Amino acid sequence: MTYEIVMVISEYLGYALIILGSLFVFLGSFGLYRFPDVYCRLQASTKSVTLGAMSLSVGVGLVEINWFVKGFLIAALLLLTIPVSSSYLTRAAYKSGAPMWEGAVVDMYAKVHLEDLEREKEE
Amino acid sequence: MASALIPEAIHYVVSAFLILAVIFTTIRFIRGPTVADRIVALDNITTIIIAALVYLALFYGRYIYLDVALVSVILGFIGTIVLARYLEAKHE
Repeated sequence: MTYEIVMVISEYLGYALIILGSLFVFLGSFGLYRFPDVYCRLQASTKSVTLGAMSLSVGVGLVEINWFVKGFLIAALLLLTIPVSSSYLTRAAYKSGAPMWEGAVVDMYAKVHLEDLEREKEE
Repeated sequence: MASALIPEAIHYVVSAFLILAVIFTTIRFIRGPTVADRIVALDNITTIIIAALVYLALFYGRYIYLDVALVSVILGFIGTIVLARYLEAKHE
């Protein structure tokens, strides 16, 4: 009896997580469409789309409880790989000279980037 | 087409959100002013496809789709790293 109640609760929790995850995926992609420059778009795409995909995987694992380990594994792999690749992509976009939005206030990477360029010239 | 595992209303909501996400990302991929925008859109579309594969595994009740999603995570990571290396080396 207790087992059945736990199963029903985890199933409804899984449905809620699936709807929430797809909502986050949609909002992240809408941000990717609306934001003004590459760096803002990377932020929208990386943060909320990753969170949405992770939430959807865990939700699928909760609805069908035998699949929980694999759903959780997919969520963990997403959490490991996407921040690495997107930070590398941000640096590549900066070095390729992608323009910032004209209302941008601060550029913390510019100093490091100039020092790197000078060191390359000396070598 | 109804599934035994998902109520029909939830299925409509989730598919509408995922399809709209793919449409907006494709518009950004076509319009993107720089190469970096297009690579970001490709990376985003890979993540959406992973989410859709995990959801379809539940919808069709097939365990094997989860393995496809698991491999797709790693391939998407490698693809984005390769494209970023290309973008970084092109302008030096």
